[in-house]
Amino acid sequence: MPKRLLLPLCVLLSTPVLAAELQLKVEIPRLQVAEYHRPYVAIWLEQPDQKHVANLAVWYDQKLKDKEGEKWLKDLRQWWRRSGRSLEMPIDGVSGATRAVGKQRLSLNSADAPLKQLEPGEYRLVVEAAREVGGRELLRLPFTWPPQQATTHNAQGSSELGQINLQLVP
Amino acid sequence: MHPLVKWTALTLAICLPLSAQAHRAWMLPSATVLSGEDPWVTVDAAVSNDLFYFEHFSMIIAGVGDVSTQPAGQRARQAAELLVMAPDGSQIKPQNGAIGRYRSTFDLHLTQKGTYKLAIANSGLFASWKEGQESKRWMGKAEDLAKQVPANAKELKVTQNNRRMEVFVTSGNPSTDVLKTTGAGLELAPITHPNDLFAGEAAEFSLLLDGKPAAGVEVSVIPGGNRYRDELGEIKTTSDAAGKISITWPHAGMYWLEAEFTTREGVSAPATERRASYSATLEVLAP
Repeated sequence: MPKRLLLPLCVLLSTPVLAAELQLKVEIPRLQVAEYHRPYVAIWLEQPDQKHVANLAVWYDQKLKDKEGEKWLKDLRQWWRRSGRSLEMPIDGVSGATRAVGKQRLSLNSADAPLKQLEPGEYRLVVEAAREVGGRELLRLPFTWPPQQATTHNAQGSSELGQINLQLVP
Repeated sequence: MHPLVKWTALTLAICLPLSAQAHRAWMLPSATVLSGEDPWVTVDAAVSNDLFYFEHFSMIIAGVGDVSTQPAGQRARQAAELLVMAPDGSQIKPQNGAIGRYRSTFDLHLTQKGTYKLAIANSGLFASWKEGQESKRWMGKAEDLAKQVPANAKELKVTQNNRRMEVFVTSGNPSTDVLKTTGAGLELAPITHPNDLFAGEAAEFSLLLDGKPAAGVEVSVIPGGNRYRDELGEIKTTSDAAGKISITWPHAGMYWLEAEFTTREGVSAPATERRASYSATLEVLAP
């Protein structure tokens, strides 16, 4: 091979493949209640027909002894039905403690699971929250994967969830 | 006839769901969908009109509570046999049983993951006849008929009864082993899992009589909470040629399902009619 082609070839081969990103902001609302408990929240990806694709996060009380916090996972009714009931908790990279009031962030990269295996198509990001001695709310954000351009999707909860922002960066 | 026996027979006759107008006998679980590592359920069992309110009699179940504390009429009633089948097919016993004025209560410790089935089933003969002006009734096992009913009884009518009452409860992921039917009497073979019911969705069930698909069975589904509304809210349907029924739940809550089938065909003597019934308490969740 002619030497003058070697350098351009090297540059071509070493160009890094830019990974697409999913940036999620979930607002846990401040509520004026006598007895406040941080909500249980489940975040997952599903197909438009509600077929479960992947869990992104499950925030619940992991501190109680004898795993007693798991008793209330079923109150995340849709998540429990579509995924939770067939799982053994905790799950690495998905389970977490309950989050405080404010905008909670979740960041995913297409270089890692589950986005790595995500087939191109239409999806919905689902956020379900249930609060002890409180209510329950579920929000869905439809999106297309992979993103062709930077897109933002928003949803606004009315009781147990605040604003949900989904940013997709190609 | 000894007054107690007469009272018993009358009480038994009243308390049995012989027709659509009679009282309903049901079990009500505290939950049917459970998560966590150590779930329990508490079950109420009662005979009453309204769903699901306790206002008539408690259901006497063998092994649940101390029946000697009950008034004479209650004590004389035949105790129902409760069978609780765990996901692995073994039987578990009710715990912390108590009999109250209007309801019996017991707890179940769900140590396995999967679906449990609670069932109360009985079968026997029911005979009615006349002695002079007096109407007589008797209910019991086929082998006792000759002893209890006079041979030359006037206007004798003997009916073969099969009754089954079921409740399904799931800890964790639903399983299907307990859904297997026994092949005796009127039974429900679920197509949709009974602990996977959601408002707005259609659930499919299959009705079997002695293990074979039962067509033309009348089914009534009533949502609980009828104390706080005027209409009964009854959903009526009939099983098709394949024994199938489909129910779309209008809203979330506890529902009572009752299926009844009466026939004069293929009935073994001395019975001339056969009545088979099945009932279940089903929980429908909000989506």
